[in-house]
Amino acid sequence: MRVEAMPPILSVAGLEKHYDSGLTALGGVDLEVRRGEIFALLGPNGAGKTTLISIICGTVTMTSGKVLVGGHDVVTDFRAARSIIGLVPQEIALDIFSTVWNTVVFSRGLFGRSPDPAYLEQILRDLSLWEKRNSKVIELSGGMKRRVMIAKALSHEPELLFLDEPTAGVDVNLRRDMWALVRRLRDKGVTIVLTTHYIEEAEDMADRVGVIEKGRILLVEDMTTLMEKLGKRRLTLVLQHPMAAIPPELAGWPLELQADGQQLLYTFDANAEGTGVPGLLKRLGELGIDFKDLDTERSSLEEIFISLLEPAR
Amino acid sequence: MTGINYHGIWAIYRTEMQRAFRTIWQSIITPVITTALYFIVFGAAIGSHMQQLGGVDYGAFIVPGLMMLTILTQSISNASIAIYFPKFTGTLFELLSAPLSAFEAVLAYVGAAATKSIGIGLIILLTATFFVRVEILHPVWMVAFLVITSVAFSLFGFIIGIWARSFEQLAIVPSLVVTPLTFLGGAFYSIDMLSEPWRTISLFNPVVYLVSGFRWSFHGVGDVSLVASLAFMTGFMALCLGVLWWMFRTGYRLKP
Repeated sequence: MRVEAMPPILSVAGLEKHYDSGLTALGGVDLEVRRGEIFALLGPNGAGKTTLISIICGTVTMTSGKVLVGGHDVVTDFRAARSIIGLVPQEIALDIFSTVWNTVVFSRGLFGRSPDPAYLEQILRDLSLWEKRNSKVIELSGGMKRRVMIAKALSHEPELLFLDEPTAGVDVNLRRDMWALVRRLRDKGVTIVLTTHYIEEAEDMADRVGVIEKGRILLVEDMTTLMEKLGKRRLTLVLQHPMAAIPPELAGWPLELQADGQQLLYTFDANAEGTGVPGLLKRLGELGIDFKDLDTERSSLEEIFISLLEPAR
Repeated sequence: MTGINYHGIWAIYRTEMQRAFRTIWQSIITPVITTALYFIVFGAAIGSHMQQLGGVDYGAFIVPGLMMLTILTQSISNASIAIYFPKFTGTLFELLSAPLSAFEAVLAYVGAAATKSIGIGLIILLTATFFVRVEILHPVWMVAFLVITSVAFSLFGFIIGIWARSFEQLAIVPSLVVTPLTFLGGAFYSIDMLSEPWRTISLFNPVVYLVSGFRWSFHGVGDVSLVASLAFMTGFMALCLGVLWWMFRTGYRLKP
């Protein structure tokens, strides 16, 4: 069966959240997340990412709308919905006097699962926490505490895992471990919804991306489609002799001068039929403009992200 | 998953009890020393100058009141800290996101708090037997009162824990309301000893009904009728359950 043909694991329709203070955190969100994918939710601070996740998980009440997790309504059928959700919130919040092992056992029980020491051992080993299982949480470093948060969220074998800013304030090693774990989970069939400020991470990891701003979803797209559709490529030519102005003979190409006329910049559509590069190079040759180096680059998701948010501001 | 989340209830209950056992010596020694002090001051020093109350030695007379005093304060503080602390540290998110109904959460937390109170009540009773001869005329009623009071005031404590926004607020109800009401509620005297209008005013003190019913189960005499005591307890418990039901339904100070 193709992944797309399966019913979505998460379906959000017309979700609104207005706080008593008059603040509208979510103004009608519609979103579907497919089973087994890694979905990145991107948006500036205060866009509504955490509110959206919190409503789905049941820690914030919705004003109106409908949320289905695995086909179960999160309000009327909360047991079935919540038992397949794992949540790693942004802030580390742990019972610091408990041991690592006890807190993980607690989480599994809380979510209604019967004890399974072998499974919990595997999780702690995967997260390099096994040696620390008898330590109290208060004795652990910040990075270790974050691993404990993840272990707790995974303790009841969730099918849908929310990672809210999992790599904020995390060192390089842990970040690498974390992404390796996310990939392993995806391979096991766990659906992952993550928010991150590190857009290059989303670009590396996510199958699809959703952009949220001011409580509304601006766009949901396959990562590859998005990069093709909105991505630009750039050709930078480092000139032999600096130029004062672009010669009129090159008016047909959208060119820019930079670095005091030492570099010529040519931006083109990443997926256009003809890039125009050979023609440009040929013309430069005819005009006797020599260059000593050239470089091409593809625009990053970050640039696409910023360009998407521009009109909304 | 359908039906009751037994694993969830057990996980909370066990964790709460583990917390108590981590400080087991504090949990035992504090009530033992407090009880001993009360008996030395009220029983030996003052009691020897007092006549019998309702045919009971003063030392034995104060046992039920003393137990009530500790059970009330312990129930409230145990249950309120149990829910306030997760709110304070942020771990409440896990409870709110768990497939656990409000009833199950309350059952687990209140059950654990009440268990601790009952345990402490029994420790006090045991301590008292070293100082005075304690006779219990209606042991089944005694246990019933012990359990009902522990549960009712753990429910009340749970409400305070949800309501409180600071440690000060958490402490204010037990210290400014419950302790004075208990001291003025006939824990150490019979309200029949009071002159009017104080006796009538005392009848508006809810703790009078608790202490009276509990004392009746020990000595067969109380300040108010058994029916009045039971009616008060049931009403109070129903009120607490109603408030909790509303709190969870609206998410009052639990979730935005």
